[in-house]
Amino acid sequence: MHNTKSVFLKEIRSFFNSPMAYIFLVIFAVVNGYFFVNTFFLIGQADMRSLFRVVPLVYLFFIPALAMGLIAKEKNTGTMEIIDTLPLKTYEFVIGKFLAAFSLILLGLLATSVHLITLISVGTNVDYGSVISGYLGLALVGGVYASVGIFASSVTDNQVVAFIIGVFLVLIFFLMDWMLIFMPSALAGIIQFLSVNYHLSNISRGVIDSRNLIYFFSLIGFFLYMTVQTLAARKWR
Amino acid sequence: MIRVKDLSKDYGEVQAVKSINFEIPRGQIVGFLGANGAGKTTTLQMITGYLIPTGGIVEVDDLNISDHAEEIQKRIGYLPELNPLYGEMIVHDYLSFIADIRGIRGREFREALHRIVDQCGLKSIVHRQISECSKGYRQRIGLAASMIHDPDILILDEPVTGLDPNQIVEIRELIKNLGKKKLVLMSSHILQEIQATVDRIIIIHEGEIVADGTNEELMSSFMGNVLLTMETNLSQDDQIKEMSDSVPAIKIVSSDPIPNGHKIHLEYKREEDPREQIFKYAVNKGWVILSMTPHTAKLEDIFRDLTVTGGNDA
Repeated sequence: MHNTKSVFLKEIRSFFNSPMAYIFLVIFAVVNGYFFVNTFFLIGQADMRSLFRVVPLVYLFFIPALAMGLIAKEKNTGTMEIIDTLPLKTYEFVIGKFLAAFSLILLGLLATSVHLITLISVGTNVDYGSVISGYLGLALVGGVYASVGIFASSVTDNQVVAFIIGVFLVLIFFLMDWMLIFMPSALAGIIQFLSVNYHLSNISRGVIDSRNLIYFFSLIGFFLYMTVQTLAARKWR
Repeated sequence: MIRVKDLSKDYGEVQAVKSINFEIPRGQIVGFLGANGAGKTTTLQMITGYLIPTGGIVEVDDLNISDHAEEIQKRIGYLPELNPLYGEMIVHDYLSFIADIRGIRGREFREALHRIVDQCGLKSIVHRQISECSKGYRQRIGLAASMIHDPDILILDEPVTGLDPNQIVEIRELIKNLGKKKLVLMSSHILQEIQATVDRIIIIHEGEIVADGTNEELMSSFMGNVLLTMETNLSQDDQIKEMSDSVPAIKIVSSDPIPNGHKIHLEYKREEDPREQIFKYAVNKGWVILSMTPHTAKLEDIFRDLTVTGGNDA
């Protein structure tokens, strides 16, 4: 646990010692802000749903970009050799990395709360229950995409390749829900259950069902496990 | 103590390390010497647990690396070949991260930091970003990170690369001091560096150990004959032949006339040094010896000889 914390803190420091964190947070806030303000001023719609619809789309590129260097860069610069020869378990390293990326995503989401404050200040009647569940859903999707991005980053030492693999994998989970009409009915149920959007929409409606939570946590656990296995396999090369 | 038994590593069809054996006790500085691609880095990486061997055993203090990797990694300080570092980190933060993983925190860390900054001469850059440091400083940061936990065993892959001559002397002294109490296994392609620093040399060639011994052992094993160049006032070739017959330990290689005499190249076995006999013979005959210079073999010669043709253990 202590080692995970050390890796987490190192990663957070690295994010903020380089322009990475600032670029991510600023662009994330600007892109989300643009879509929110668009509906707010042009259509006169003052609710958080427009934001909750656009954040998963922004995630598709932002999270793989955030995660692409987490392990690929270590492999590329050779610092993985330092990590692998420290008395540090691979899972402690991977979880530390994941928590750092996840924290930055949560920080990004926190920045969007400025829109909530705007809504409250203009006198909109806010349904706090759906706002909280909406944010919870976005946080969980962010967690899933971060774990997918870390896995993509572990299979290569090239950050661009890691980004492309990451976007490809998150797109699969994102698009599953849209592909249902092309699927045979026998498969449709399974595909729908695997889809991120299906579970996100359930949570966003304010229904926090344990099945949805288990889905998100299982997916995060699965990709982190695959990352650990991928890194362990390197020693046998 | 490090014990390596029948250790091998294959990369697909390529056998990088072929069933090597050696044992290093504590208090010994060992130089691991080999041409590029000889298998020295692969061997060091298997000892540190970075790579899993294809076959054989690595034991550190009687613990097997395959079962006790983490315990062994706690005892080892390792400086990898290319000295990878986190460029975006502050030197202090980097050392703090490494120390933290090694369980050195709080006051213990402050003491360790003080010691290591002093030993490695990092005082002026401790609050600087690593990417802003010169190559020499970066090498010293890597060394500091490998020694922050005061390990019993130090494995240094090319530790003096990128350092200027003054820094090389400093690091050499540091390694020599550490080697009094600890086990130091260092690789280097700078032969003079190995010769000046280590107690024992292991030469690896194409994945096999071709020589293992002290500097002197290697010299006597691989360079049995000494070449001697002598300048005399002898004018006749038959006088030289006469000397050769009277001093049987020598073998005349060549003799060339020089103004007022001859320059003679002769060979003798290292253990049968005949220079005193030659001198007495010359005095008896009334000859004048103008100079007598033995040419001892250099590690470079042995290294070249072994890594081109192969050889045997000393």
